[in-house]
Amino acid sequence: MTAHTFTHLDALESESIHIMREVAAECKNPAMLFSGGKDSIVMLRLAEKAFRPAKFPFPLVHIDTEHNFPEVIACRDKLAADLGERLIVRSLEDSIKRGTIVIKDPDKPRNPYQSVTLLETIAEFGFDACMGGARRDEEKARAKERIFSFRDEFGQWDPKNQRPELWDIYNTRVHAGENIRVFPISNWTEMDIWQYIAREKLHIPEIYYAHEREVIRRGNSVMPVSHLVQPKPGEKVEVLSVRFRTVGDMTCTAPVESHARNAQEIIDETSTTRITERGATRMDDQTSEASMELRKKEGYF
Amino acid sequence: MSNATQLLRFITAGSVDDGKSTLIGRLLHDSKSIFEDQLSAISRTSEKRGMTAVDLSLLTDGLQAEREQGITIDVAYRYFATPKRKFIIGDTPGHEQYTRNMVTAASTANLVVILIDARKGVLVQTRRHTYLASLVGIPHIVLAVNKMDMVDYSEARFNEICTEYLAFAAQLGLHNVTCVPLSALVGDMLVDRGDNLNWYQGATLMELLENVEIDHDVNTTDFRYPVQWVCRPQTEKYHDFRGFMGRIEAGEVSVGDEITVLPSGRTSKVKEIVTYDGNLQTAYAPQSIAITLTDEIDISRGDMFVKADYLPTVAKEFEAMLCWLSETPLDKNRKYLVKHTTRTAKCLFSSIDYRVDVNTLEQHANPTVNMNDIAHVTMKVQQPLVFDHYQRNRATGSFIVIDEATNNTVAAGMIV
Repeated sequence: MTAHTFTHLDALESESIHIMREVAAECKNPAMLFSGGKDSIVMLRLAEKAFRPAKFPFPLVHIDTEHNFPEVIACRDKLAADLGERLIVRSLEDSIKRGTIVIKDPDKPRNPYQSVTLLETIAEFGFDACMGGARRDEEKARAKERIFSFRDEFGQWDPKNQRPELWDIYNTRVHAGENIRVFPISNWTEMDIWQYIAREKLHIPEIYYAHEREVIRRGNSVMPVSHLVQPKPGEKVEVLSVRFRTVGDMTCTAPVESHARNAQEIIDETSTTRITERGATRMDDQTSEASMELRKKEGYF
Repeated sequence: MSNATQLLRFITAGSVDDGKSTLIGRLLHDSKSIFEDQLSAISRTSEKRGMTAVDLSLLTDGLQAEREQGITIDVAYRYFATPKRKFIIGDTPGHEQYTRNMVTAASTANLVVILIDARKGVLVQTRRHTYLASLVGIPHIVLAVNKMDMVDYSEARFNEICTEYLAFAAQLGLHNVTCVPLSALVGDMLVDRGDNLNWYQGATLMELLENVEIDHDVNTTDFRYPVQWVCRPQTEKYHDFRGFMGRIEAGEVSVGDEITVLPSGRTSKVKEIVTYDGNLQTAYAPQSIAITLTDEIDISRGDMFVKADYLPTVAKEFEAMLCWLSETPLDKNRKYLVKHTTRTAKCLFSSIDYRVDVNTLEQHANPTVNMNDIAHVTMKVQQPLVFDHYQRNRATGSFIVIDEATNNTVAAGMIV
């Protein structure tokens, strides 16, 4: 290989590996968040590239809303087991039982509460750094976040008081009780993720590819029928060929109509699509123009 | 889009009303990188504010405070791609108090687009942005003379501004400047040429971004490999494996090459270049790899592998240009931490030699260094650093200064 064949994916990959190794070398007790979604599966491959032939110098952690798609959870467990890496799962149900999360309706979206269980898990294990698969192209507030995002004792992000980040010299220092969120794939876009999945032949949950599914039309979206989403009076259940662009909380994650059955077909579809990933699929981000920023300030990823 | 596209990082710098956000919005819009839901969100906002056309600058306004004040207050990163390249834009603010943000975004950029309002010409801010671009060593500079629609697309006005700017740039030793006239509002000479600037024969802004040669933006001659992490699997299969992991910051390395480990000065030979995708014969900057050696020598994070043909400096004292980033001024009586490549050491400032007025470029013998100040300093470190001059090698000539009391990053430094 020469400098001329060093593609944008090679550049992004090398940057992400460099970031993960900095975390391993400088943080005392890091963790990597792993949900079984496509971005975290890319993170897993990058961690293999960063640390093999050794094991990862950190555990994988999943904060389970118990509103996840079963295919994704199955994929999460299989990948962690195949790699022989340690997976820690903590559930929102535990926080609900403890009384630290009080929810009005168990069937409503649970993303806003994830921060609580995440902070409890960070405290339980004493993690000083959590790596996550968030990308800057996902959302406006994320576009301004550093790769190493410093959080105070309450897990809060202060957008006006971020540490300047120069070259690729990362300041990883925290006081006891504080922690850092690290986003090794900050500079990747949805297209880069799909190109990487195709290049690396990554196994991802089948629901990312087009499949027949019972759905209900609500507003501009189609909602997947599940035990959490049932047709209301007057709503009709249809069977459509759909795929998921993101796989979050089942009550607020909408699929898009698609016939793309593999990564290359998704790349072709993504290069012509005219709607953002979250705009198409996350009903909770549409509540207000600032909803992600508010959630991040409260300790959300 | 094929996989074989290059990555270019660039920033935009301009004064508050130079139309920077409009320019970025226009690049995203005309390269079809804006999605319908983003466009409909900003259309609604434009309407709410009583505007007749869609305000493309709204696309880059990220945070709530900005939306309220209508200004950009921090560095925001934007992404778009054409069939030739993938682009990362660092959108930097034009306000006086935010020099630190420009330096931050500039530190990783291949190219800077410096915006000028054709009516106003070269301003104090233009000089400041150009000086900072030269200080941080951005390899390529594009002077974008914007709002040509407001000066009747005058060729004479464009030439006048370019002549003045190029003379100033030459004083700073900058010769890699390209000037382009454009109108971000109308869309002339960004992605499309438009019909109003037919006297201009050069490349559009997008053509410049797509074609500027960036292969030599990293130093390709002097092998530099800071050890990040020592990989010792301690499994049966890899019982004796000791892989020195890191990223090649400059140059290249091949199996069999003799390397010197600094600062110890011990030598060995490259046994294997290990990656997840298989062993390599040769690896180049900026690949992340693992290296095994033929000899067992004591090596840890912070050491650097180099080749004997061009050696870096190993020293406990050096001179640097510093950009102070913290609201708390530099305190000469205190010790700080310096992080340079993969090594962190205690440091102190033995002298503050002079401060540079970024508006006039004059040097002042001034003992105080406040936020946004640029100063020439002499530093002492507790352990030796392995470095090159910043001009020769950005990766091994740069460092950050950390305040141990707050853990904040308080300065960016470039070794001179």
